[in-house]
Amino acid sequence: MYLAKIFVTHKKSILDPQGEAIKNALHRLDYEAVENVSQGKYFETTLNCDSEDKAKQITDSICDSLLANPNMETYRFEIEKVGD
Amino acid sequence: MSNAEISPQEIKDRKIYQEWGLTDYEYNLISQKLLQRLPNYTETGLYSGMWSEHCSYKNSKEVLKKFWTDGSRVLQGPGEGAGVLDIGDNQAVVFKAESHNHPSFVEPFEGAATGVGGIIRDIFSMGAKPIASLDSLRFGELSNPKNKYLLEKVVSGIAHYGNCIGVPTVGGEIAFDESYDGNPLVNVMCVGLMNQDNLESGLAQGNGNSIIYVGAKTGRDGINGATFASSQFSNDEDADRSAVQVGDPFMEKLLVDACLEIINGHSNALVGIQDMGACGIVSSSAEMASKANSGIHINLDLVPQREPEMTPYEIMLSESQERMLLCVKKGKEQEVIDVFKKYNLDAVTIGNVSDDGQYVLTQKGKKVCDIPTKTLVDDVPRYHHESKRPARLDNITKNEITVKDPTDTMLKLLSAPTIASKHSIYRQYDTRVQANTAVAPGSDAAIVRIRHTNKSLAMTTDCNARYIYLDPYVGGQIAISEAARNIVASGATPIGITDCLNFGNPDNAESFYELDQSIQGISEACKMFDTPVISGNVSLYNETDNKAIYPTPMIGMVGLVEDNNHITTQAFKHSDDLVYVVGNTYDDYSGSELQKLLNQKIEGKIEHFNLDVESKNQKLVHQAIIKGLVSSAHDISEGGLGIALAESCFENNLGFAGMLNLNANQLFSETQSRFVISISADNQDAFEELMGSNAKFIGKVTDDDSFNLKLLDNQINTKLSVLKSAWEDSLECLMK
Amino acid sequence: MKFAVISFPGSNCDYDMYYAIKDILKEPVEMVSCDTESLDGFDAVLIPGGFSYGDYLRSGAIAKFAKVMPALIKFANLGKPVLGVCNGFQILTEVGLLPGSLQNNRDMQFISEYEPLIVQNNKTIFTNEYEKAESIMIPIAHGEGNYYCNETELESLKQNHQIIFTYENNPNGSVSNIAGITNKNGNVMGMMPHPERAVEKILGSEDGVRLFTSILKSFKGGILVE
Repeated sequence: MYLAKIFVTHKKSILDPQGEAIKNALHRLDYEAVENVSQGKYFETTLNCDSEDKAKQITDSICDSLLANPNMETYRFEIEKVGD
Repeated sequence: MSNAEISPQEIKDRKIYQEWGLTDYEYNLISQKLLQRLPNYTETGLYSGMWSEHCSYKNSKEVLKKFWTDGSRVLQGPGEGAGVLDIGDNQAVVFKAESHNHPSFVEPFEGAATGVGGIIRDIFSMGAKPIASLDSLRFGELSNPKNKYLLEKVVSGIAHYGNCIGVPTVGGEIAFDESYDGNPLVNVMCVGLMNQDNLESGLAQGNGNSIIYVGAKTGRDGINGATFASSQFSNDEDADRSAVQVGDPFMEKLLVDACLEIINGHSNALVGIQDMGACGIVSSSAEMASKANSGIHINLDLVPQREPEMTPYEIMLSESQERMLLCVKKGKEQEVIDVFKKYNLDAVTIGNVSDDGQYVLTQKGKKVCDIPTKTLVDDVPRYHHESKRPARLDNITKNEITVKDPTDTMLKLLSAPTIASKHSIYRQYDTRVQANTAVAPGSDAAIVRIRHTNKSLAMTTDCNARYIYLDPYVGGQIAISEAARNIVASGATPIGITDCLNFGNPDNAESFYELDQSIQGISEACKMFDTPVISGNVSLYNETDNKAIYPTPMIGMVGLVEDNNHITTQAFKHSDDLVYVVGNTYDDYSGSELQKLLNQKIEGKIEHFNLDVESKNQKLVHQAIIKGLVSSAHDISEGGLGIALAESCFENNLGFAGMLNLNANQLFSETQSRFVISISADNQDAFEELMGSNAKFIGKVTDDDSFNLKLLDNQINTKLSVLKSAWEDSLECLMK
Repeated sequence: MKFAVISFPGSNCDYDMYYAIKDILKEPVEMVSCDTESLDGFDAVLIPGGFSYGDYLRSGAIAKFAKVMPALIKFANLGKPVLGVCNGFQILTEVGLLPGSLQNNRDMQFISEYEPLIVQNNKTIFTNEYEKAESIMIPIAHGEGNYYCNETELESLKQNHQIIFTYENNPNGSVSNIAGITNKNGNVMGMMPHPERAVEKILGSEDGVRLFTSILKSFKGGILVE
């Protein structure tokens, strides 16, 4: 079994109103050090497959087809072996 | 972006302008006649944007001139952000519709959301408070999963933006047809209300006055959006960038409030205001200056930018959302900027008005553009197009139709997605924010009352594109007539229209014929109903694989309810009320839902339509409503009388029992100019006297769960609840 | 009786609330910015619906840091009436003046609909003009109105009669069909449905009016909360 930790975020250059609103709120709370906030999504999926390569391939495919919106979002992931 | 280094000579030699949509003829006109020199990279880019159909209407202007735009109520016709009509008491209604078809196909959620945002900006830039929006959507059949996805995302995009900004989405329409596969239509209309003293215009005049930029920062949004989105990325870095425009309704809510505060309270400081829509800064600034014969100087270093190292071309043509451009009197800048500051909005003076007529841009101390402003706006060539009557309009086969089992046909029509209840869609829209909604989606027209008066505005969007496909001229007349019928059935008087002209490629002579003829039909009908065209939008090139969509001139119509007691809905109100049909029924199946259902074809000739009859029937129904004789009124449209009767029963779960002098086919005929009316028995004499032979008694409202209808050759005896669940559940099932 | 309507950036029902008080209840009312630091001089505070700060992070999450909040908490602790509607309810739970939280609707969609509500407790300063168990029609319009609290909190809400309104046909998945609750003291109420949109016949229902007349009656008659 493999665990995929998937991070979906906005592509660079695209407007991120969520991140902007949170950044402004943090500034109002005097966290002036905050330069930038980007809000994304985090997924964990466990995969029943026999190799890390296979797990990567499946994860890539589910990100492309469902988890990320290819017009606006990009993703990265980490694969860990879990169980035995 | 090293493209900025491309020299004027190279642009000419390699014909780079062609990639941006300028033709050889246009480029030569610019370089040889208008400038008498070669335009540089930035200048060429500005021309390509400003001379596009979207900004210049160069392909459609010759036919748009045929629209009837006069009328005693018109305070502002086409040409500004939106049109304005006088509604008395020193108030005015402002409205406009706009299409966002292509962006919604590429990225349906954001495409639809930014469509709503854009049209709302057009309304408040005129000085009006946006009070309602409506939409008109077309998709391919829901059997195709891609269309389900598009519908779901478009609806949630509209909901996201409209609900958050607090403008109720009060009405609209959706139809499905194969011709919209790969080319959905997303048209949005916004209606605003204003005090006539606050009427603003997009004007930049007065030498030395300041140009102030307000709102979101400028990013690379929408630049070459289409090519970006077609996913042929050249390398990983490109794949990690996006040009999709993202809407921020929260920012826009602040913009609306701040701009209206300036218009209401600081009009002495404000010269003009305009939304940055298509082609962003360049179109808003050039149009504002050109209207006043002014020049304009902008320092690009002062434009708020979201990304580093943007080129002048990118800054000027960016379609970042939620931005406005103001012209403010010299010396009054701080007064205006302070108002925006209160709302936490960026407002920056980026340039000034000049009297030299030149459009001048500088960046880092270097002049990057210096051209006559007029050449961007007024010197665009106008094209004449070949028009050819499509052969299909003359090769008409006689279409036969046979309804065998009217109950079964009724059930199938009620569950056809175009007719079925749209409740699962409009329940996602906040229909009542602002607390003025008197009639929410689900009746013929939406009604929004005008607070602190006894008046209301009725509004509807409409277009049966199949009729226009079969007869562009008469179909255009029908589109207006049906919209007017919706308004009249609601107790209002139609007062004006806006439109979104969704057509195929105008270079195709047959497509152009459809555009030209339908405009003439629309215009003719507008004169008849005294509903001038006060604003609108053109969306050409709607085709996939060289196959055009059905010609779809969406009509958005507004009516005035003079007394709120006149407000009428389609739903039957009391059992034992008498039911009448107004208007004659003929064998009209061409382009009907029945034809689509039984013959799976759209063909034939549009017959029996007569504008005088339409007008007469509408006037009679209007009078009956004004006299207080009517309990319910419903326009008869898709699916004919049978469907209209069933729809009138549904809301209050009242049954119907009656007898028709029609056969089973005719029950579903789509003859125009008809209404279903119910009245209390007490009003029978007065109603019959007023209507004469134009209204025929057909039955009674009942209080049981039944729908009983005797026809000449058949009958329907069924439970109303069975009909209702077919109508109510269909769309949700199809979306699963 | 003087009312304050607190307006946040992104509030969009603030004027609906304002007009309900001014035109229907006909009592003095003022729009108050969320940057205000004092609520002295007001007899009741209304927190309207909308999308404060865009509600991009979590409904009400950013609003809870507004400058007006210490004053609001003080006002509530004095036992004066505070009503939060829709986003106002979400803000009151974020600030901790009301227990529980509002989550995404069960079907993950925004719902705008007239809903029948049942008055569960008519012995409050907000509901004394209603009958107990009366069914009233009030519109809802929210994407995050699914009320959640843990079992201990729910038990305590029930024990103290803090559940004021429930849905007849639970549209959003709320625990125990909850549409509106008060704090233990009974002077702070949050509800997802919009009474301010149901105050005139032309809007489809007048059932919201009595909520506002209840507040006024309690104030004038010095009615204490049970």
